Amino acid sequence: MVDVTWGGARVSAQDATERAKALNKLRLGDVIFHAVTRSAALLVLLLLGGVMVALFLGSLPALTTFGFDFVTTQSWNPVTEKFGALAPIYGTLITSFIAMLIAVPFGLLIAMFLTELCPMWLRRPIGIAIELLAGIPSIIYGIWGLFVLAPFLQQYVQPALIATFGNVPLLSSLFAGPPYGIGVLTASLILAIMVLPFVTSISRDVFDAVPPVLKEAAYGLGCSTWEVMRYVVLPYTRVGVIGGVMLGLGRALGETMAVTFVIGNAHKISSSLLAPGTTISATIANEFTEAVGDLYTSSLIALGLILFVITFIVLAIARYMLLRIEKRVG
Amino acid sequence: MDLAIYNSRRRRNVVATAASYGATGVGLAGLAMILIVLFWEGFSGLSLAVFTEMTPPPGSAGGLLNAIVGSILMTVIAIAIGMPIGMLAGTYLAEYGRHDKVSSVVRFINDILLSAPSIVVGLFIYEVMVVPMGHFSGIAGAVALSVIVIPVVVRTTEDMLMLVPNTLREAAASIGLPRSLMIRHIAYRAARSGIITGILLAVARISGETAPLLFTALNNQFYSHNLNAPMSSLPVVIFQFALSPYEDWQKLAWTGALIITISVLVLSILARALTGTRKAS
Repeated sequence: MVDVTWGGARVSAQDATERAKALNKLRLGDVIFHAVTRSAALLVLLLLGGVMVALFLGSLPALTTFGFDFVTTQSWNPVTEKFGALAPIYGTLITSFIAMLIAVPFGLLIAMFLTELCPMWLRRPIGIAIELLAGIPSIIYGIWGLFVLAPFLQQYVQPALIATFGNVPLLSSLFAGPPYGIGVLTASLILAIMVLPFVTSISRDVFDAVPPVLKEAAYGLGCSTWEVMRYVVLPYTRVGVIGGVMLGLGRALGETMAVTFVIGNAHKISSSLLAPGTTISATIANEFTEAVGDLYTSSLIALGLILFVITFIVLAIARYMLLRIEKRVG
Repeated sequence: MDLAIYNSRRRRNVVATAASYGATGVGLAGLAMILIVLFWEGFSGLSLAVFTEMTPPPGSAGGLLNAIVGSILMTVIAIAIGMPIGMLAGTYLAEYGRHDKVSSVVRFINDILLSAPSIVVGLFIYEVMVVPMGHFSGIAGAVALSVIVIPVVVRTTEDMLMLVPNTLREAAASIGLPRSLMIRHIAYRAARSGIITGILLAVARISGETAPLLFTALNNQFYSHNLNAPMSSLPVVIFQFALSPYEDWQKLAWTGALIITISVLVLSILARALTGTRKAS
């Protein structure tokens, strides 16, 4: 045993004040550290608010000049300074929509492969490969799209599409016009390839969250793999899958570099998927540094504001849904 | 009758599994093809000159030195700004305000910033830095990148601190360690490799970012480390060169793309290895 001498009476007045000083110092350090971390956390909020305010102020000249017409007209004329955002908004929505139409089924099927069909020893390597691919910068996809995918589509795929659907009513207008190579369809494909690893890895994570007992029970009843997927896994993970899809959609909507290379940057809405078009982000990336005049710059910033609002809503819904499934898992 | 149902169930299953295998094959092949083409085109242009010479005017030989230096410089500054802010904010979320109302809002907003379009960040910094300063500059580019770094670091710092067992915190508290010291000496140390992972991931994330640099740092054809002047960066040079009609420029764009991809892959694998050993121990 160690003798502990803790005689309160023996502590001199000097010791006491020194101890109080030391304690105060520690307390002060505590308070300061708390305040500093708290303000850093609040800075994150401020950042979002700052983005909103800065974009709003920047777009004010355009919004006051054109009013609501800004989002309903499609003329984009720097010479006469008449700007309408309909064509880029349409381009953004249509390319993202087609991209998701391709990437979601592919992503879900690959996730099904990874969680149900793939042999155990292959799961980790393929999973890691997909996660690494999700981290590759979009400019790489863009340069590949420009030099490899666009010429390939122009030479082989687009002529075939035109020949096949050229005489089919309705579809013929979707695939009308000469095969440019670059255009809405090419941009959508690149976007699809880009968001594919993203959608896949989120769906896999969500599928993995299904309690094995549920799946085993279904298999035990004699369900096939597909039936387990369709009637056990998908219903259980529906909210999470929708959240993952929305997250991918948020990526696709805001994607700049992969699209800018291959969209063709034409400010018009064409019914044909083969025609060049533009998206919000591609318009900003292509024209911002060359924009002369306050109204032109302000119109581009207004485009940015619209993009931010759209993606904010989509991402907020996505996060809300993913939070819900996280809560259920525990 | 029963057999018919059984057969149709089996058919459906065969079709679905085949589609699953097929989708995986096509998806992986497509993604592999991108990497193969990239390595093929990139390596054929790779030489020492790429790392020692400036970006050339069209039609003559050159390298990417100024772009590489610009990229590294802006990345370092972006991390230097974004890392402390992100770590402190993540610390608040995990340590002080774990169950706060404010924290849940910050967490939500941070997750949105994490995948917000990066071109919007460029516009934001243009408005708050480039316009007041009156010119494009490397520092504006670095700040734009730091806006992208912050949410990544916040998220990983919080996640990693959450993994630190509470018994460690309680042990520290029971010997009378003040909370701030406990966080700095116990929690940070326990979560160190995870936090480093987050920073590596943030570097990987910004090393390919193009959109936020287009109208903040702009570009510069010459070697410059003046942060108050336009500065070139690899992604912007790739963007400009790839869209040009000159073959030498396109070649350099491929090589630049290869350099970025390799660095991103190395950083991500390193980050993964760090957390991997952590889990194993």
